Amino acid sequence: MRYVIIGNGAAGVGGAEGIRSRDKDGEVTIISAEGARIYSRPLISYLVAGKVADSGMDYRPADFYERNNCKVTGERAAAVDAKGKAVILEGGARVPYDKLLVAAGSSPFVPPFEGLDTVKGKYSFSSLADARALGAALAPHKKALIIGAGLIGLKCAEGISEKVASITVTDIAPRILSSILDEGGAAAVARHIEGKGVSFRLSSSVKRFEPGTAYLESGEAIAFDLLVTAVGVRPNTALLKGVADTDRGIIINARSETSAPDIYAAGDCAQALDASSGESKVMALLPNAYMQGECAGVNMAGGEKSFDKAVPMNAVGFFGLHIITAGNYTGNVRAAGEGDGYKRLFYSDNRLNGYIMVGDVGKAGIYTSLLRDGTPLDTLDFEQICEKPGLMAFTSKARQEKLGEAR
Amino acid sequence: MKRVYVNEKWCLGCHLCEYYCAFAASGEKDMARALKDIAINPRIRIEERDDISFAVSCRHCREPLCVKSCLTGALTAQDGVIAIDGERCVGCYTCILVCPYGAVSPSENGAVQKCELCVKNTGSPACVKGCPNGAIVYEERG
Ligand SMILES: Cc1cc2nc3c(=O)[nH]c(=O)nc-3n(C[C@H](O)[C@H](O)[C@H](O)COP(=O)(O)OP(=O)(O)OC[C@H]3O[C@@H](n4cnc5c(N)ncnc54)[C@H](O)[C@@H]3O)c2cc1C
Repeated sequence: MRYVIIGNGAAGVGGAEGIRSRDKDGEVTIISAEGARIYSRPLISYLVAGKVADSGMDYRPADFYERNNCKVTGERAAAVDAKGKAVILEGGARVPYDKLLVAAGSSPFVPPFEGLDTVKGKYSFSSLADARALGAALAPHKKALIIGAGLIGLKCAEGISEKVASITVTDIAPRILSSILDEGGAAAVARHIEGKGVSFRLSSSVKRFEPGTAYLESGEAIAFDLLVTAVGVRPNTALLKGVADTDRGIIINARSETSAPDIYAAGDCAQALDASSGESKVMALLPNAYMQGECAGVNMAGGEKSFDKAVPMNAVGFFGLHIITAGNYTGNVRAAGEGDGYKRLFYSDNRLNGYIMVGDVGKAGIYTSLLRDGTPLDTLDFEQICEKPGLMAFTSKARQEKLGEAR
Repeated sequence: MKRVYVNEKWCLGCHLCEYYCAFAASGEKDMARALKDIAINPRIRIEERDDISFAVSCRHCREPLCVKSCLTGALTAQDGVIAIDGERCVGCYTCILVCPYGAVSPSENGAVQKCELCVKNTGSPACVKGCPNGAIVYEERG
């Protein structure tokens, strides 16, 4: 059996590990545009900050490929010939497959700002190469401007904060982290980050750039030495356009199969069912990437695996303040267990739809399990679990299953 | 594989498991010296309310969500034991986000901590040895 994986990220590695959990002998080839060793992409902000060394970037031990008997080809895939069952590399070589996994991730999207081409010192923040380039340009007298107050923009701000003179972050949205926080949560986190010297310009977009200056719609001019654009990423679907069904991402089912025979997809390039809302979504997060990849791998190797529990979810910290969120913020809202932190639970129709925790995030996974499993809320003590996530809120029978049986 | 199982009805809520856990992790020889004047941060935790109490620690799941979700590769399954490499953990708390038991918690040094069945210290779970009433046991249940 010849397995081919396009992309050497978390989804690709999940695929390789999934295949090897069932098939030790088949040929596994990983086609990688980013080198032969996998690094942990979310660690790039820690690398820039000097909190993780180069050697600490590895997502798997150095002997991973050898131990799993995987060949890595350091060339970009240019096309998929589904009829001829081969991947065509940029240099023209054909890599034949019996089963193919497309785990090509996503690419940063840079809007066509007027005058952007005149700006020197502009960076994306999505890869090790981006982090190295930005890291080399940092200097204590430089002013940084980051476009995008999402996860990546703010992780970048944290990463460079001690290495530049000032940081301004702009976003068109009226609040920071608008995809994962509601107004109250965003306000609490923004206060904390501002306290560390970062300034925000929200509800404001850049009208045009001149070298060293950004002009906002409001008329304000912001001088900068370094520009980071982090407005979002787009799934890399091009390889399967016309080959399999694509929407925003490559459409996959719970077995990580695309609509094309023997072709699977996983991770940031894929679009799957969100178990908490029933909608089809790109859930560009590492845990989902790994688990979709692993699921693909097992099925490619003839196994039976289904991963139908993907939900949007995030655990992230900024300057020591932790945030955990999951699901969708629809239905009734419940503020609970506040203390110093900020916490909201969203529920309707006897189900937890989503939650936000800022500050005290202990045991958050118990909430995640409720929305992942669609647990009916009348089977537990809802009042109690709102106050504090814990197994106490379950019936003693449910607890016996959780704590008294092999899982 | 042998795991720690809970017999809720035998739990006295005495918290000795927590103290034995903290002692085992301390690497000290003398329990009183190891735990004197410190607020312990054990890897096993009692939940209690009214007359119900029980201990919660890592279930060492066969399909460990924490390992699969770990951003850095710091969490691994080693012969079924879910282990954390504190050097590689950056404290993103993705494992806390996904653990359905609430069995992973922050440690003092920024990394997370969890039960590793004492494989790195006393060899077999100190909490179980310390439990006076058989409310937690270490055995094979399939
Ligand atoms: C700064 C930052 C912080 C993040 N923080 C978090 C976080 O805290 N939590 C979280 O869950 N997620 C986080 N993420 C997101 C997470 O990194 C991604 O969801 C995850 O890496 C997706 O894995 P993947 O394997 O699908 O894609 P990728 O990691 O992008 O890997 C895809 C690989 O495929 C390669 N490729 C693409 N096209 C081709 C081709 N044609 N031929 C060959 N190779 C190709 C790419 O070069 C890339 O190496 C963060 C991301 C960034 C940038």
